[in-house]
Amino acid sequence: MNEALLILGMFIVTFSVRYVLFAVAGRVHFPAWLSTGLGFVPPAVLTAIIVPAVLIPQGQLWVSPSNPWLLASLVAIITAFIRKDLLTTIVIGMLAFSFFRFGLGF
Amino acid sequence: MTQTTTLPSTTEQRRHEFIGGAKATFPLIVGAIPFGIIFGTLAEPSGLSVMGALAMSIIVFAGASQFIVLGLLAAGAAIPIIIATTFVVNLRHILYAANLVPKVRHLPQRWRLLMAFGLTDETFAAVSSRYLQQEDIRTAHWFYLGSFCAMYGNWILCTAIGVALGELFPDMTQWGLDFAMSVTFIGMVVPYLTSKPMWACVIVAAAMAIATAAMPHKLGLLLAAISGISVGLSCHLILAQQKIQHCKSNKEPT
Repeated sequence: MNEALLILGMFIVTFSVRYVLFAVAGRVHFPAWLSTGLGFVPPAVLTAIIVPAVLIPQGQLWVSPSNPWLLASLVAIITAFIRKDLLTTIVIGMLAFSFFRFGLGF
Repeated sequence: MTQTTTLPSTTEQRRHEFIGGAKATFPLIVGAIPFGIIFGTLAEPSGLSVMGALAMSIIVFAGASQFIVLGLLAAGAAIPIIIATTFVVNLRHILYAANLVPKVRHLPQRWRLLMAFGLTDETFAAVSSRYLQQEDIRTAHWFYLGSFCAMYGNWILCTAIGVALGELFPDMTQWGLDFAMSVTFIGMVVPYLTSKPMWACVIVAAAMAIATAAMPHKLGLLLAAISGISVGLSCHLILAQQKIQHCKSNKEPT
Protein backbone atom coordinates (compact mmCIF):
# COMPACT_ATOMS: atom_id res chain seq x y z
CA MET A 1 0.00 0.00 0.00
CA ASN A 2 1.25 3.44 -0.95
CA GLU A 3 0.67 5.08 2.39
CA ALA A 4 2.58 2.38 4.28
CA LEU A 5 5.42 2.72 1.79
CA LEU A 6 5.46 6.48 2.25
CA ILE A 7 5.58 6.25 6.04
CA LEU A 8 8.22 3.53 5.97
CA GLY A 9 10.39 5.58 3.60
CA MET A 10 10.01 8.70 5.71
CA PHE A 11 10.89 6.72 8.84
CA ILE A 12 14.01 5.26 7.25
CA VAL A 13 15.44 8.58 6.04
CA THR A 14 14.50 10.50 9.19
CA PHE A 15 15.75 7.89 11.63
CA SER A 16 18.99 7.30 9.68
CA VAL A 17 19.85 10.99 9.82
CA ARG A 18 19.20 11.06 13.56
CA TYR A 19 20.94 7.81 14.41
CA VAL A 20 24.01 7.49 12.19
CA LEU A 21 26.33 9.61 14.35
CA PHE A 22 25.02 8.15 17.62
CA ALA A 23 25.71 4.66 16.27
CA VAL A 24 29.38 5.26 15.55
CA ALA A 25 29.76 7.83 18.35
CA GLY A 26 33.03 9.07 16.92
CA ARG A 27 33.91 12.71 17.19
CA VAL A 28 32.74 14.34 13.97
CA HIS A 29 33.68 17.73 12.71
CA PHE A 30 31.66 19.01 9.83
CA PRO A 31 33.40 21.39 7.46
CA ALA A 32 32.15 24.93 8.12
CA TRP A 33 30.55 25.24 4.66
CA LEU A 34 28.39 22.16 5.30
CA SER A 35 27.06 23.44 8.61
CA THR A 36 26.36 26.81 7.01
CA GLY A 37 24.72 25.13 4.01
CA LEU A 38 22.39 23.09 6.22
CA GLY A 39 21.29 26.34 7.85
CA PHE A 40 19.84 27.41 4.49
CA VAL A 41 17.76 24.24 4.10
CA PRO A 42 14.65 25.08 6.17
CA PRO A 43 13.99 28.56 4.73
CA ALA A 44 14.69 27.35 1.16
CA VAL A 45 12.34 24.34 1.39
CA LEU A 46 9.60 26.27 3.16
CA THR A 47 9.79 29.14 0.64
CA ALA A 48 9.63 26.68 -2.26
CA ILE A 49 6.36 25.36 -0.78
CA ILE A 50 4.77 28.68 0.22
CA VAL A 51 5.29 30.64 -3.00
CA PRO A 52 3.44 28.31 -5.42
CA ALA A 53 0.68 27.75 -2.82
CA VAL A 54 0.11 31.49 -2.61
CA LEU A 55 0.72 32.60 -6.20
CA ILE A 56 -0.79 29.54 -7.91
CA PRO A 57 -3.65 28.74 -5.49
CA GLN A 58 -6.05 27.49 -8.15
CA GLY A 59 -3.86 26.09 -10.89
CA GLN A 60 -2.82 29.32 -12.60
CA LEU A 61 -0.37 32.07 -11.75
CA TRP A 62 -2.45 34.74 -10.05
CA VAL A 63 -0.47 37.89 -9.26
CA SER A 64 -3.19 40.42 -8.59
CA PRO A 65 -4.51 42.53 -5.71
CA SER A 66 -7.65 40.42 -5.81
CA ASN A 67 -5.79 37.20 -4.89
CA PRO A 68 -6.73 36.64 -1.21
CA TRP A 69 -3.88 34.13 -0.70
CA LEU A 70 -1.37 36.75 -1.82
CA LEU A 71 -2.89 39.60 0.19
CA ALA A 72 -3.13 37.54 3.39
CA SER A 73 0.47 36.34 2.91
CA LEU A 74 1.67 39.94 2.70
CA VAL A 75 -0.19 40.70 5.93
CA ALA A 76 1.40 37.62 7.54
CA ILE A 77 4.90 38.60 6.35
CA ILE A 78 4.54 42.12 7.77
CA THR A 79 3.18 40.69 11.03
CA ALA A 80 6.09 38.26 11.27
CA PHE A 81 8.60 41.07 10.79
CA ILE A 82 6.98 43.18 13.51
CA ARG A 83 6.27 40.39 16.02
CA LYS A 84 8.63 37.44 15.74
CA ASP A 85 6.01 35.27 17.38
CA LEU A 86 4.74 32.36 15.32
CA LEU A 87 1.27 32.12 16.84
CA THR A 88 0.56 35.83 16.36
CA THR A 89 1.56 35.51 12.71
CA ILE A 90 -0.73 32.50 12.22
CA VAL A 91 -3.73 34.12 13.91
CA ILE A 92 -3.38 37.48 12.09
CA GLY A 93 -2.66 35.75 8.77
CA MET A 94 -5.71 33.51 9.08
CA LEU A 95 -7.94 36.45 10.06
CA ALA A 96 -6.65 38.40 7.06
CA PHE A 97 -7.32 35.43 4.79
CA SER A 98 -10.88 34.99 6.09
CA PHE A 99 -11.46 38.70 5.60
CA PHE A 100 -10.13 38.85 2.02
CA ARG A 101 -11.61 35.52 0.94
CA PHE A 102 -14.96 35.39 2.65
CA GLY A 103 -15.50 38.91 4.00
CA LEU A 104 -14.82 40.68 0.75
CA GLY A 105 -15.75 37.65 -1.31
CA PHE A 106 -12.75 37.83 -3.62
CA MET B 1 30.12 16.20 46.14
CA THR B 2 33.01 14.60 44.30
CA GLN B 3 32.40 11.36 46.21
CA THR B 4 28.81 11.07 45.09
CA THR B 5 29.78 11.16 41.41
CA THR B 6 31.33 7.70 41.72
CA LEU B 7 28.14 6.15 43.06
CA PRO B 8 25.63 4.64 40.64
CA SER B 9 22.54 6.73 40.05
CA THR B 10 19.52 6.06 42.22
CA THR B 11 15.91 5.67 41.15
CA GLU B 12 15.24 8.96 42.90
CA GLN B 13 17.84 10.78 40.78
CA ARG B 14 16.49 9.22 37.59
CA ARG B 15 12.95 10.27 38.41
CA HIS B 16 14.14 13.75 39.23
CA GLU B 17 15.93 13.99 35.86
CA PHE B 18 12.98 12.52 33.95
CA ILE B 19 10.53 15.02 35.44
CA GLY B 20 13.06 17.83 34.96
CA GLY B 21 13.31 16.94 31.27
CA ALA B 22 9.56 16.95 30.81
CA LYS B 23 9.26 20.27 32.65
CA ALA B 24 12.01 21.93 30.65
CA THR B 25 10.27 20.89 27.43
CA PHE B 26 6.86 22.16 28.51
CA PRO B 27 7.10 25.69 27.05
CA LEU B 28 8.24 24.21 23.74
CA ILE B 29 5.35 21.73 23.80
CA VAL B 30 2.84 24.57 24.09
CA GLY B 31 4.24 25.88 20.80
CA ALA B 32 3.90 22.45 19.17
CA ILE B 33 0.24 21.90 20.16
CA PRO B 34 -1.40 23.94 17.36
CA PHE B 35 0.81 22.23 14.76
CA GLY B 36 -0.10 18.76 15.94
CA ILE B 37 -3.77 19.68 15.79
CA ILE B 38 -3.53 21.40 12.41
CA PHE B 39 -1.56 18.43 11.05
CA GLY B 40 -4.28 16.03 12.16
CA THR B 41 -7.03 18.25 10.79
CA LEU B 42 -5.39 18.76 7.39
CA ALA B 43 -4.38 15.11 6.95
CA GLU B 44 -7.57 13.78 5.36
CA PRO B 45 -8.23 16.77 3.07
CA SER B 46 -4.61 16.42 1.87
CA GLY B 47 -5.14 12.78 0.97
CA LEU B 48 -3.69 11.00 4.00
CA SER B 49 -5.98 8.57 5.82
CA VAL B 50 -6.76 8.85 9.53
CA MET B 51 -4.63 5.78 10.24
CA GLY B 52 -1.89 7.17 8.02
CA ALA B 53 -1.82 10.46 9.92
CA LEU B 54 -1.61 8.72 13.30
CA ALA B 55 0.96 6.22 12.04
CA MET B 56 3.09 9.05 10.65
CA SER B 57 3.11 10.86 14.00
CA ILE B 58 3.90 7.62 15.86
CA ILE B 59 6.51 6.20 13.46
CA VAL B 60 8.17 9.19 11.77
CA PHE B 61 7.77 11.79 14.56
CA ALA B 62 9.10 14.83 12.70
CA GLY B 63 6.79 17.83 12.88
CA ALA B 64 8.03 20.15 10.15
CA SER B 65 8.51 17.42 7.55
CA GLN B 66 5.10 15.87 8.30
CA PHE B 67 3.56 19.24 7.52
CA ILE B 68 5.55 19.52 4.31
CA VAL B 69 4.45 16.04 3.29
CA LEU B 70 0.81 17.08 3.57
CA GLY B 71 1.50 19.98 1.24
CA LEU B 72 3.21 17.66 -1.23
CA LEU B 73 0.46 15.02 -1.03
CA ALA B 74 -2.20 17.65 -1.64
CA ALA B 75 -0.26 18.80 -4.69
CA GLY B 76 -0.03 15.23 -5.96
CA ALA B 77 3.72 14.68 -5.58
CA ALA B 78 5.25 11.24 -6.21
CA ILE B 79 6.33 9.16 -3.19
CA PRO B 80 10.10 9.15 -4.02
CA ILE B 81 10.00 12.97 -4.24
CA ILE B 82 8.22 13.18 -0.88
CA ILE B 83 10.77 10.88 0.77
CA ALA B 84 13.70 12.80 -0.78
CA THR B 85 12.23 16.06 0.49
CA THR B 86 11.78 14.58 3.97
CA PHE B 87 15.44 13.59 3.91
CA VAL B 88 16.59 17.10 2.94
CA VAL B 89 14.32 18.78 5.48
CA ASN B 90 15.52 16.54 8.31
CA LEU B 91 19.21 16.78 7.45
CA ARG B 92 19.55 19.49 10.10
CA HIS B 93 19.18 16.79 12.76
CA ILE B 94 22.63 15.51 11.88
CA LEU B 95 24.07 18.75 13.29
CA TYR B 96 22.18 18.18 16.53
CA ALA B 97 23.43 14.60 16.68
CA ALA B 98 27.04 15.70 16.08
CA ASN B 99 26.63 18.10 18.96
CA LEU B 100 25.30 15.39 21.29
CA VAL B 101 27.76 12.60 20.45
CA PRO B 102 30.07 13.37 23.43
CA LYS B 103 27.03 13.08 25.72
CA VAL B 104 25.83 9.70 24.44
CA ARG B 105 28.96 7.72 23.68
CA HIS B 106 29.11 6.18 27.19
CA LEU B 107 25.56 4.83 26.79
CA PRO B 108 24.59 1.38 25.50
CA GLN B 109 23.34 1.13 21.91
CA ARG B 110 19.67 0.60 22.96
CA TRP B 111 19.68 3.98 24.70
CA ARG B 112 21.22 5.63 21.66
CA LEU B 113 18.55 4.11 19.39
CA LEU B 114 15.82 5.50 21.61
CA MET B 115 17.46 8.91 21.92
CA ALA B 116 18.05 9.14 18.17
CA PHE B 117 14.38 8.40 17.53
CA GLY B 118 13.41 11.22 19.89
CA LEU B 119 15.83 13.79 18.51
CA THR B 120 13.65 16.78 17.66
CA ASP B 121 14.31 20.53 17.59
CA GLU B 122 12.50 20.91 20.91
CA THR B 123 14.26 18.11 22.78
CA PHE B 124 17.62 19.25 21.42
CA ALA B 125 16.94 22.76 22.75
CA ALA B 126 15.85 21.44 26.16
CA VAL B 127 18.74 19.01 26.69
CA SER B 128 21.33 21.49 25.39
CA SER B 129 20.52 23.90 28.19
CA ARG B 130 20.60 20.99 30.68
CA TYR B 131 24.12 20.07 29.49
CA LEU B 132 25.20 23.70 29.75
CA GLN B 133 23.90 24.09 33.29
CA GLN B 134 25.15 20.81 34.73
CA GLU B 135 28.36 19.09 33.80
CA ASP B 136 27.50 15.79 35.45
CA ILE B 137 25.95 13.75 32.62
CA ARG B 138 25.62 10.38 34.38
CA THR B 139 21.84 10.66 34.65
CA ALA B 140 21.30 13.19 31.85
CA HIS B 141 19.88 10.53 29.54
CA TRP B 142 16.89 10.30 31.88
CA PHE B 143 16.39 14.03 31.42
CA TYR B 144 16.52 13.43 27.66
CA LEU B 145 14.00 10.60 28.01
CA GLY B 146 11.66 12.86 30.00
CA SER B 147 11.84 15.53 27.32
CA PHE B 148 11.30 12.96 24.55
CA CYS B 149 8.31 11.31 26.24
CA ALA B 150 6.64 14.67 26.83
CA MET B 151 7.13 15.72 23.20
CA TYR B 152 6.14 12.34 21.78
CA GLY B 153 3.02 11.94 23.92
CA ASN B 154 1.91 15.47 23.12
CA TRP B 155 2.52 15.07 19.38
CA ILE B 156 0.47 11.88 19.15
CA LEU B 157 -2.31 13.30 21.33
CA CYS B 158 -2.53 16.51 19.29
CA THR B 159 -2.56 14.57 16.03
CA ALA B 160 -5.45 12.48 17.36
CA ILE B 161 -7.35 15.61 18.45
CA GLY B 162 -6.80 17.15 15.02
CA VAL B 163 -7.97 14.01 13.24
CA ALA B 164 -11.10 13.92 15.43
CA LEU B 165 -11.82 17.59 14.69
CA GLY B 166 -11.42 16.91 10.98
CA GLU B 167 -13.94 14.05 11.25
CA LEU B 168 -16.40 16.18 13.23
CA PHE B 169 -16.23 19.10 10.81
CA PRO B 170 -15.57 17.62 7.39
CA ASP B 171 -16.12 20.97 5.67
CA MET B 172 -13.25 22.55 7.60
CA THR B 173 -11.16 22.68 4.43
CA GLN B 174 -13.64 25.18 3.06
CA TRP B 175 -12.64 27.50 5.91
CA GLY B 176 -9.31 28.16 4.26
CA LEU B 177 -7.28 25.74 6.37
CA ASP B 178 -4.99 25.11 3.40
CA PHE B 179 -3.80 28.63 4.03
CA ALA B 180 -2.99 27.72 7.65
CA MET B 181 -0.01 25.77 6.36
CA SER B 182 1.28 28.63 4.21
CA VAL B 183 0.91 31.13 7.01
CA THR B 184 2.67 28.79 9.45
CA PHE B 185 5.60 28.45 7.07
CA ILE B 186 5.73 32.23 6.56
CA GLY B 187 6.01 32.64 10.32
CA MET B 188 8.86 30.11 10.33
CA VAL B 189 10.80 31.63 7.40
CA VAL B 190 10.72 35.33 8.34
CA PRO B 191 12.93 35.03 11.46
CA TYR B 192 15.66 33.57 9.22
CA LEU B 193 15.81 36.75 7.12
CA THR B 194 18.61 38.48 8.99
CA SER B 195 21.44 38.41 6.43
CA LYS B 196 22.04 39.08 2.74
CA PRO B 197 22.83 35.43 1.90
CA MET B 198 19.57 34.35 3.57
CA TRP B 199 17.60 36.88 1.51
CA ALA B 200 19.34 35.67 -1.65
CA CYS B 201 18.50 32.07 -0.74
CA VAL B 202 14.82 32.80 -0.17
CA ILE B 203 14.40 35.02 -3.26
CA VAL B 204 16.04 32.44 -5.54
CA ALA B 205 14.01 29.60 -4.02
CA ALA B 206 10.81 31.64 -4.54
CA ALA B 207 11.58 32.52 -8.15
CA MET B 208 12.66 28.97 -9.01
CA ALA B 209 9.55 27.53 -7.34
CA ILE B 210 7.37 29.54 -9.73
CA ALA B 211 9.59 28.82 -12.74
CA THR B 212 9.50 25.05 -12.10
CA ALA B 213 5.90 24.83 -10.85
CA ALA B 214 4.74 22.98 -13.96
CA MET B 215 7.30 20.18 -13.59
CA PRO B 216 5.87 16.69 -13.01
CA HIS B 217 5.70 15.04 -9.57
CA LYS B 218 6.43 18.36 -7.83
CA LEU B 219 10.08 17.88 -8.73
CA GLY B 220 10.28 21.68 -8.91
CA LEU B 221 10.15 21.92 -5.13
CA LEU B 222 13.44 20.08 -4.69
CA LEU B 223 15.07 22.00 -7.56
CA ALA B 224 13.91 25.33 -6.14
CA ALA B 225 15.13 24.44 -2.65
CA ILE B 226 18.52 23.25 -3.92
CA SER B 227 18.94 26.43 -6.03
CA GLY B 228 18.12 28.59 -3.01
CA ILE B 229 20.54 26.70 -0.76
CA SER B 230 23.36 26.87 -3.37
CA VAL B 231 22.93 30.58 -3.99
CA GLY B 232 22.65 31.36 -0.27
CA LEU B 233 25.74 29.35 0.55
CA SER B 234 27.71 30.87 -2.36
CA CYS B 235 26.80 34.38 -1.20
CA HIS B 236 27.84 33.49 2.31
CA LEU B 237 31.21 32.12 1.16
CA ILE B 238 31.87 35.12 -1.15
CA LEU B 239 31.04 37.59 1.63
CA ALA B 240 33.25 35.68 4.09
CA GLN B 241 36.09 35.73 1.55
CA GLN B 242 35.71 39.48 1.04
CA LYS B 243 35.77 40.02 4.79
CA ILE B 244 39.04 38.13 5.11
CA GLN B 245 40.61 40.10 2.27
CA HIS B 246 39.29 43.33 3.74
CA CYS B 247 40.85 42.53 7.13
CA LYS B 248 44.14 41.62 5.47
CA SER B 249 44.31 44.84 3.45
CA ASN B 250 43.48 46.81 6.58
CA LYS B 251 46.26 45.17 8.52
CA GLU B 252 48.99 45.49 5.89
CA PRO B 253 49.84 49.19 6.43
CA THR B 254 50.46 48.56 10.15
